[in-house]
Amino acid sequence: MSASQGSRSTSTEPWGSFENNIIMQGSGSAVIDMENMDDTSGSSFEDMGEMHQRMKEEEEVTAEAAAAEEEDSGEDGDFLGVKGLKGQLGRQVADEVWQAGKRQASKAFNLYANIDILRPYFDVEPIQVRNRLIESLIPVRMINFPQKVAGELYGPMMLVFTMVAILLHGMKTSGTVIREGTLMGTAIGTCFGYWLGVSSFIYFLAYLCNAQITMLQMLSLLGYGLFGHCTVLFITYNVHFHSLFYILWLVIGGLSTLRMVAVLISRTVGPSPRLILCGTLAALHMLFLLYLHFAYHKMVEGILDTLEGPNIPPIQRVARDVPIVANAVVNATIKSIAAVVQSQ
Amino acid sequence: MAEVEESSKPLFAGLSDISISEDIPVEGDISVPVGSQSADNDFSTLDEPVKDTILRDLKAVGQKFVHVMYPKKSSALLRDWDLWGPLLLCVTLALMLQGGSVDSEEDGRPQFAEVFVIIWFGSVIITLNTKLLGGTISFFQSLCVLGYCILPLTVAMIVCRIVLVGGSGLVSFVVRLIVVTASFSWSTFASTAFLADSQPPNRKALVVYPVFLFYFVIGWMILTFSPSH
Repeated sequence: MSASQGSRSTSTEPWGSFENNIIMQGSGSAVIDMENMDDTSGSSFEDMGEMHQRMKEEEEVTAEAAAAEEEDSGEDGDFLGVKGLKGQLGRQVADEVWQAGKRQASKAFNLYANIDILRPYFDVEPIQVRNRLIESLIPVRMINFPQKVAGELYGPMMLVFTMVAILLHGMKTSGTVIREGTLMGTAIGTCFGYWLGVSSFIYFLAYLCNAQITMLQMLSLLGYGLFGHCTVLFITYNVHFHSLFYILWLVIGGLSTLRMVAVLISRTVGPSPRLILCGTLAALHMLFLLYLHFAYHKMVEGILDTLEGPNIPPIQRVARDVPIVANAVVNATIKSIAAVVQSQ
Repeated sequence: MAEVEESSKPLFAGLSDISISEDIPVEGDISVPVGSQSADNDFSTLDEPVKDTILRDLKAVGQKFVHVMYPKKSSALLRDWDLWGPLLLCVTLALMLQGGSVDSEEDGRPQFAEVFVIIWFGSVIITLNTKLLGGTISFFQSLCVLGYCILPLTVAMIVCRIVLVGGSGLVSFVVRLIVVTASFSWSTFASTAFLADSQPPNRKALVVYPVFLFYFVIGWMILTFSPSH
């Protein structure tokens, strides 16, 4: 027993102490080293690849050592009974714990390294972002060959966050009351939900209609399409004229939709796929702007206020959590009832 | 142990060959303590009275506050980063923005959790953005800088509260607007003084914009705060 234990410890010594110390160093210093690496180099991508490689090698080494140990411990347990088992068990448990910890560290490290997958999509210059923002409002003329779509995520993400900020401002100035949830959560959910959800849906439709567009390009296209929405909302949340909103909705919303539609048409073959794809996108894009304007608007409260009358059943004054369609229906029915009552 | 050190050299030797920016001392951290080697050196502060520890930490936090209020190009904030200051500021701001009454009709007031989450997740997102754009600053250093630069906005919140005690008319609104605008631009300027150095020069605008948006949202939350009474 002691011989085998000794042999195991000596057999693992050139490995064991090496790997225990270095790997403990590795797992202990994974946090520290990452910070140091970040401090020192702009090319931390290569360093992380190096660390990853090293961790892989260490994992293989420990897998071998663990396999070797398992064989040994099995033999010892059978042969020696309780005394041998206790020593084995303690060491095995410690080993398990250590390996679990190392696995977690590797997982965390891999998660960190996964951020680097997004790095090429953020490789832009400010002038490029500005040009793309302006181009998002200019529909292309040439739809006979596929138009180039920039695959970057910086512009779209910043536009989504800007829209969240503008939406918050609109919700606050219109005195919206959110019953179950928070203002911030609703704004973030709406904007990100639209960007990610509609992109995925249109990408799915594009897949069905054989359009040549990747998910990244669709995300980028729709993200830049939100620039028009941001400008319209920014203006109309502060200047409350219905006619102004309708004009801006048609002009700016229309331009941005036309641009997206033109790009999609240039990448699709056949009249009916084109119609399906672009019709859906146009409808969703324009209706979203309409929804954003009317869902958080002071005038809705004003309409409810003017319908006072003795025969009107009590209406919810704070009607923000009622969807807009139900609201419109309620308004219309109340108006007709009032008209009927007054004509009698 | 000597063999370990020697055999560790080929593994970690490459790390020391990377270009290092001069004002960040990396040497001390690369030689990671193995086992109980440094237990006596670095952790002798375990035996001191708690008052000493707290005072030392508070002094460090206070020193960083001074660096934020007078932002000049020093690397002290980056070198000894800590997250106590941001936590303190975040909790103070969130408590002051809460207002107190639980079941009022105007639920539009931000709640504690909302402010907390906005500040921390906003910082995390800005940090990720900075790193993805090729920044050389580390994750926690960036969190530290962004958190400490909330200090001017916290001061503005205190001032707004005092002004609101006097009344909530147009004059007080204008005063609050000026104060909040000044402090939010101060915050943005202070944080860019620290963050933008770690960026390649032509991408500074890409990094500054999210920071601007972040402090703008916080400033807007402060400006639209109205007490419940």
